[in-house]
Amino acid sequence: MSFLEYRVKFVPTGLRKVLHLNWPLIVLVTAVSAVGWLALYSIAGGRMDVWAGRQMQVFALGVVLMFFIAFVPIWFWRNMSLIAYFVSVALLLVVEFFGTMGMGAQRWIEVGGMRLQPSELMKVTLVMMLAAYYDWLDVKKTSRLFWVLIPVVLTAIPTVLVLMQPNLGTALILLMIGGTVMLLAGVSWWYFAVVASGIGGTIWAVMTSRGTDWQLLHEYQFRRIDTFLDPTSDPLGAGYNIIQAQIALGSGGWSGKGFMQGTQSRLNFLPEKHTDFIFTTLGEEFGFVGVFSLLVLYGLILLFCYVSAMQNKDRFSLLLILGIAANFFFYLAINLAMVMGLAPVVGIPLPFLSYGGSAMLVLLVAFGLIQSAHVHRPR
Amino acid sequence: MRRSPKETEDSAGVTHRRALLMGGAMTAMFAVLGARMHYLSVDQADQFKLLAEENRISIRLIPPARGLIHDRNGKVLAGNEQNYRVVITREDAGDVDAVLSKLAHIIPLTADDLDRTAKEMKRTSPFAPITVADRLSWEDLSKIALNAPSLPGVSPEVGLSRQYPRDTDFAHVLGYVGPVSERDLADLDQPDPLLRIPKFQIGKIGVERWLENNLRGRAGTRRIEVNAVGRVMRELEREEGDPGSDVRLTIDADVQNFVQARLGDESAAAVVMDVNNGDIIAIVSSPSFDPNLFVRGISHTDYNDLMENDHRPLANKTVQGVYPPGSTFKMITALAALEAGVINVNTSVRCPGHLEFGGRRFHCWKRAGHGSVNLEKSLAESCDVYYYDIAQRVGIEKIAEMGKRFGLGIRHDIPMSAIADGIMPNRAWKQERHKQDWRIGDTINASIGQGYVLTSPLQLAVMTARIATGRAVVPRLVKSVDGKDVPVEEAPSIGISDEILRKIRSGMYAVMNGDRGTATSSRIVDDTMVWAGKTGTSQVRNITAAERARGVISNDQLPWNRRDHALFVGYAPYTNPRYAVSVVVEHGGGGSTAAAPVARDAILSALSGGVPPLSAYPASQRNRIESMLEKLPLRDADGRVPGTSRA
Repeated sequence: MSFLEYRVKFVPTGLRKVLHLNWPLIVLVTAVSAVGWLALYSIAGGRMDVWAGRQMQVFALGVVLMFFIAFVPIWFWRNMSLIAYFVSVALLLVVEFFGTMGMGAQRWIEVGGMRLQPSELMKVTLVMMLAAYYDWLDVKKTSRLFWVLIPVVLTAIPTVLVLMQPNLGTALILLMIGGTVMLLAGVSWWYFAVVASGIGGTIWAVMTSRGTDWQLLHEYQFRRIDTFLDPTSDPLGAGYNIIQAQIALGSGGWSGKGFMQGTQSRLNFLPEKHTDFIFTTLGEEFGFVGVFSLLVLYGLILLFCYVSAMQNKDRFSLLLILGIAANFFFYLAINLAMVMGLAPVVGIPLPFLSYGGSAMLVLLVAFGLIQSAHVHRPR
Repeated sequence: MRRSPKETEDSAGVTHRRALLMGGAMTAMFAVLGARMHYLSVDQADQFKLLAEENRISIRLIPPARGLIHDRNGKVLAGNEQNYRVVITREDAGDVDAVLSKLAHIIPLTADDLDRTAKEMKRTSPFAPITVADRLSWEDLSKIALNAPSLPGVSPEVGLSRQYPRDTDFAHVLGYVGPVSERDLADLDQPDPLLRIPKFQIGKIGVERWLENNLRGRAGTRRIEVNAVGRVMRELEREEGDPGSDVRLTIDADVQNFVQARLGDESAAAVVMDVNNGDIIAIVSSPSFDPNLFVRGISHTDYNDLMENDHRPLANKTVQGVYPPGSTFKMITALAALEAGVINVNTSVRCPGHLEFGGRRFHCWKRAGHGSVNLEKSLAESCDVYYYDIAQRVGIEKIAEMGKRFGLGIRHDIPMSAIADGIMPNRAWKQERHKQDWRIGDTINASIGQGYVLTSPLQLAVMTARIATGRAVVPRLVKSVDGKDVPVEEAPSIGISDEILRKIRSGMYAVMNGDRGTATSSRIVDDTMVWAGKTGTSQVRNITAAERARGVISNDQLPWNRRDHALFVGYAPYTNPRYAVSVVVEHGGGGSTAAAPVARDAILSALSGGVPPLSAYPASQRNRIESMLEKLPLRDADGRVPGTSRA
């Protein structure tokens, strides 16, 4: 574990690092966040003080954090991975026993007036942990059963803790992140085939368990599945969110109803319009053109992450950047699929847009890590 | 730990390949999302736009003001009263209980009011105003306005509600309005959406019901924007409706008032109509009730009082009450016989006081008999035997036919509820109704308006008008709608020769003015108003031979509901007729004593347009009449009865 693996002498030092940051990525992230501020301003009926102002403050704090992380060499962060992982797990345990209830689940702890969601942090530290693990592991051992089980356990611990909150959406994302990093590290396809069939069997078991004594999911989760399959079956109850969200998106038409003119959001027909369903407001007010532009921005963020990863010869950095990009994509895809009626309603925010401090801060920390990996890449 | 460059290259190669694979999957997912978005906001945009509009826009109806009902001179009979109520909005009130208890100190609130308010609050959204108290006085409303700062969320509101200023006078004519019932809706194919407005009121009976379509008006609409919980955000568009049309009746409110007061507490009915155009000047059923009680929602005790009263105040006796016409029917029998030619105007019949037929003895009201009786005398003295005789000659079919020609036994279509047809019996009718053959005894009974013959006071008035004019006058109640006069055609001739009619009329003249007329005490002495008429007394029980032998018990000694009905029909002035009148006093005794004086007062009221002039009465009666008139509780110009206060 020495720094000497990197050809450190070519890495920029001091303030010169500023010139070597991945600036397009920073611009894109800021642009998407700005879209979020606009949306929050509009949803609040033209008021900054409700959501937009606070979101901007959090963003400013996050950007400072991002630059700080970017300036610290990536090998320091790699060495911190194990500690970060265990601190996150410890925080999850704290939430489990001392956390505050919200939306029927224990999700956050109050730290100095700020609500901290350890499950958000966990998504990043899990990627760090697994990337560091595969960086350390002899490549030849990657697909051996014992060395495959270790990352499985590392993923399973936080997943189970999050599931106990219960927060199904985040637990699923943790599982997917773990699987993705393992896949990228080169674990044999066979393992994935076995797991995939296992998951298929589990879904079958879960669905048949409904109504029996050993019911595996909460009734509300089953209902979400029901309404996902047929939202119109319960238009005023569980299906209301999905139906109203699609009405908002669809009624935007080609170019939208105009900024601050969205009737669905302004008149409160949209549920959780400032958090998980913020995309519907954009769809309503800016139409297909606006939404498509936003998708392009998101796509560009992912593209620049990929480019940065491919340029990076360091295994930890490569896996870290791709893992974070995958994490980012999962958020994005699940949220958008949800509001468009292609996936069940699970509580997953839209990255950089949804109102919420923890998610924003953690995302910017993650992009700080990407920047650090970019700046300190071996040359 | 150093790795060989080769090893690092290999592992990076695997990762790159798999990363590209994942990138491909991401791109595919983006394509799916983009396609879905395109489907929603481009392909299906129109449908979703419509759904969003449906979400947002709600159409509320503005109830139109109901049309007013006036009398023939423009006096308001049914109006719309400002109805003050106080509403509370939960979200503005803050501590609702505290505000309500404060309010209860300012205006009188019943425990019931508070209960209802609390219940309604649980059901409705916090921003929906809830009516705490209705029909507040102006003083209470001012008190609330004065205390407004200490009553957050409380606000006074004004609405319109139906009000009948001449309450009891027009209860049977106008009817009343009430909330729409399920049955009202079921009766309509395509109910006006207005009827779905909570607490909207429609006409239930009488003119209010039958002219509902004119009176209701057309609803205005408000297109408003609402949010997800139904709170009104703003008004987008407003289209005012049209208020209901005003209706003017043929009735003269002052005459109506006078006749109503004159009938007093009797269970009676009176109709005064214009003989030339059929205008009903007064149509009074007594006792009456206050229709305003029904508009406000009548209490159980009030309703039970009305239902249990043996004088049946809720029944409109003028059109829905049917009575044996008694001797007032004699003109019809005579007309049938004269028209058929079985008698002429000079034919005489000997009256020994009774007529034997088929072993049965039919009595004349005068046991001693009238001696030789001709047409004029038969009417003036109301000899029964004369009619027993001529009825046998002409037969029931011709009598029934004549009755119908003069408006008996047929329905007169005026906008009132439960109009009875009455009965003008003949052979076919009896066969159908009672499955029995018609017997001569039935004809004899019918000839003096007993037996199966049943007529309503309105029909008797129509009959009298037709006798007075010789034309088939049709009664009408509506003079104009929305300022446009309802056209009235001159009634066609009834087809009876003038000579016959003149004889009938002079018989009726002799009833009032002849030496031995049955109603001379109710004559009019004013030359311009001298009148003609006919009394009637109809039995409501059979008098057995045994009872007759013992001596018929006089009416005064019988219980009220066994006494005879008193009837009277007449018209004035005799020479140039203007008005016809019919009066029925249920169980009132003799027509000449109980009905004729009322009829005289009613027709004099119509002729003079209010209180009858004393000069029209015989000098000997003036003192008595004067004190009687003074005691009548007549309304003042505002429609109020002096000495009473209106709630």
